[in-house]
Amino acid sequence: MAVAFDEMNGLGEDIRPAYQELSRWLKETQPDALEYRRQEAELLFRRIGITFAVYGDAAAQERLIPFDVIPRIMSAKEWTLLENGLKQRVLALNMFLKDIYHGRDILRANIIPEDLIFQNPVFRPEMNGQNVPHDVYVHIAGIDIIRTDPENFIVLEDNARTPSGVSYMLENREIMMRLFPDLFARHRVAPVERYPDELLSALRSVAPHSASAEPTVALMTPGVYNSAYYEHSFLADKLGIELVEGRDLIVKNDEVFMRTTEGLKRVDVIYRRVDDDFLDPLTFRPDSALGVPGLMSAYAAGNITLANAVGTGIADDKAIYSYMPDIVKFYLSEEPILKNVQTWRCREPQDLSYVLDNLADLVVKEVHGSGGYGMLIGPAATKATIEAFRDKLKREPEGFIAQPTLALSTCPTCTDKGLAPRHVDLRPFVLTGSSHTTIVPGGLTRVALKEGSLVVNSSQGGGTKDTWILSE
Amino acid sequence: MLSRTAENLFWLARYVERAEYLARTIDATLRVTALPAAYIGKTNEWDSALLTAGVGSSFYDHYPEANEQNVIEYLSFSAENPSSIKNCIESARLNSRSVRTALTSEMWDTINSAWIELQAVWNKGTANREDLAKFLRFVQETSLRFDGSAYRTMLRNDAYWFSRIGVHLERADNTARILDVKYHVLLPEEEHVGGPLDYYQWTSILRSVSALTAYHWVYRETLKPWLIADLLILNDTLPRSLASCYSNLVRNLDQIGVAYGRQGAAQRHARGIRNRLEHSHMDDIFQHGVHEFIQEFIADNSRLGEIITKQYLI
Repeated sequence: MAVAFDEMNGLGEDIRPAYQELSRWLKETQPDALEYRRQEAELLFRRIGITFAVYGDAAAQERLIPFDVIPRIMSAKEWTLLENGLKQRVLALNMFLKDIYHGRDILRANIIPEDLIFQNPVFRPEMNGQNVPHDVYVHIAGIDIIRTDPENFIVLEDNARTPSGVSYMLENREIMMRLFPDLFARHRVAPVERYPDELLSALRSVAPHSASAEPTVALMTPGVYNSAYYEHSFLADKLGIELVEGRDLIVKNDEVFMRTTEGLKRVDVIYRRVDDDFLDPLTFRPDSALGVPGLMSAYAAGNITLANAVGTGIADDKAIYSYMPDIVKFYLSEEPILKNVQTWRCREPQDLSYVLDNLADLVVKEVHGSGGYGMLIGPAATKATIEAFRDKLKREPEGFIAQPTLALSTCPTCTDKGLAPRHVDLRPFVLTGSSHTTIVPGGLTRVALKEGSLVVNSSQGGGTKDTWILSE
Repeated sequence: MLSRTAENLFWLARYVERAEYLARTIDATLRVTALPAAYIGKTNEWDSALLTAGVGSSFYDHYPEANEQNVIEYLSFSAENPSSIKNCIESARLNSRSVRTALTSEMWDTINSAWIELQAVWNKGTANREDLAKFLRFVQETSLRFDGSAYRTMLRNDAYWFSRIGVHLERADNTARILDVKYHVLLPEEEHVGGPLDYYQWTSILRSVSALTAYHWVYRETLKPWLIADLLILNDTLPRSLASCYSNLVRNLDQIGVAYGRQGAAQRHARGIRNRLEHSHMDDIFQHGVHEFIQEFIADNSRLGEIITKQYLI
């Protein structure tokens, strides 16, 4: 693989402008001082309890996501481009969802094959014809962005269901400011701390008509054993709203109430971090103990707003992903600002045969997978693994897409052998309320800590970095 | 606030209080059993420790004999004993995680750091007496820190009140249990003035409720069993006395009643118990049977727990 574009060093020429000050600072700083602060950061994280659970790993029920103290930096100009691209993308996602659950113009225009929608398990027929306040479906989006050169931002994945990670954006910044005040003094870093306020006002702005003037918002979590539980409690705390579980809620006369020490209290907006399948045992999985019986009926009656809306999975599905550039053009009549990764749809015979011929060079992903599980990274796989995957692919080609292995950009990172480039991606968080879309300048930078590794997922050994957007 | 949050706060406080009480009980028992046999008589102090911890029968499902090693293991480290110190700390941390939004960072930090610190003890155990003493002290200090953090940092609202109610309900139960197990050494007719046997039993009781020094300040007398009973049951100035626990329970329940604009069965029941304590004299209690009095109290106290649960927590 070719040498990747480095966020600090570019392709080996001069230090890129946004990193000049950091580079100077690194030269002045002793390596053991960095190591000392790295340990201090870890201690802080553990004491605050910012842990996550790894499913199927009983020994490590609560693990820390490794935190790398070297920030990832972006200039104001780069950010403006990215911000515009993200707004455009999320607007298109929302318009697409409204269309899919109402008029379906995009299907009639033959932009997307019908069976890709109707045969898709994440398509929710319950949402057909259902109106949502201000036509917002995706209130919170976490769009995964990668770069392979200084000019382009490429979307790797649109997370439009219950994206997580924003607590790391906020906590990483807190800890960096505590540990490196000198470094902050030498930069002008745009603050991220207003995210909770922006989120709350976005959520309140989409309250149903039947809500009072001061709508009650609650955050719904699957519970303490969920891998992102820390984030749920962190956000509820920052927003000053109740952190509810399904058992705290009850539906009466198509209204949702929470059980409080003073009796039942009506809830108007639920920022839910529970998947569609588990929301309401009467509508979805009957075995779900996490949900609230009757919630979907209150939703249909328009007495509760769910954020994100039910059925948004159809927009971030990996099979739909490859159509995103067309979706942007169809609804907005604009050229997409953010690029897509070239994607072969294995459901199409021509693409499948190309993929089968080039398995060793491609990344093949399950259409409905997430978290980096169940995918084949051709260049890193053994012959036997590739052959086993080939069988799987032939049996069920519609379940897969393939993409080239991309040289994700790298960023200097602390390793056992000093600073070294490691591959990174970026997840900014896009908030959409009744009247506008907001993106706090920053996001979660994930870093693949193993040398050469391209997998940044926290469940597979990825770490995080603070993300700095410099002011002009 | 959410009923579940209130319930978690209530139980969180109880678990921490219980862990401290267990540590004190073990501490006090170690001191008594370290005395020459002539001073402690034939009673098995480790059996008493089990009884005051309320696990007198379940213990024997797991061990044949109530000796120092077995009892310390069961009360401190056992996973089988639902109210071992280990399980109390684990439950406290789990409850804290569920209600993090209702805790101040100081409270969370106390529980979380203690939980992290104690992982090493759970893994390795305590190698010797010194280790054990350190562990018991650490548990007590954790409780003090937790209590202090709550007192100094929590908003004075229902979250605080429910947490205080948990502390005092648990504390009343603990003090009453000691009295229930040891009442016979406090009976006036069994007094052998100056007899070493009872003297060490008495100090042991006072030590397990951290009232040994307090006794001398309050009565300025040598240890007299009826005064010990008076101190632990009726003396409102001793924080672990039944009377003091009930002053606090009534006050905190009243705060909730005022804030919610509604009094209920819990307030009435607590006030009833408090009034009985206020109007009792040790003479009457001894006359009508101290054992019956204590047993009735334990039942009343646990009834209050049920009423609070029904009124607020579910």
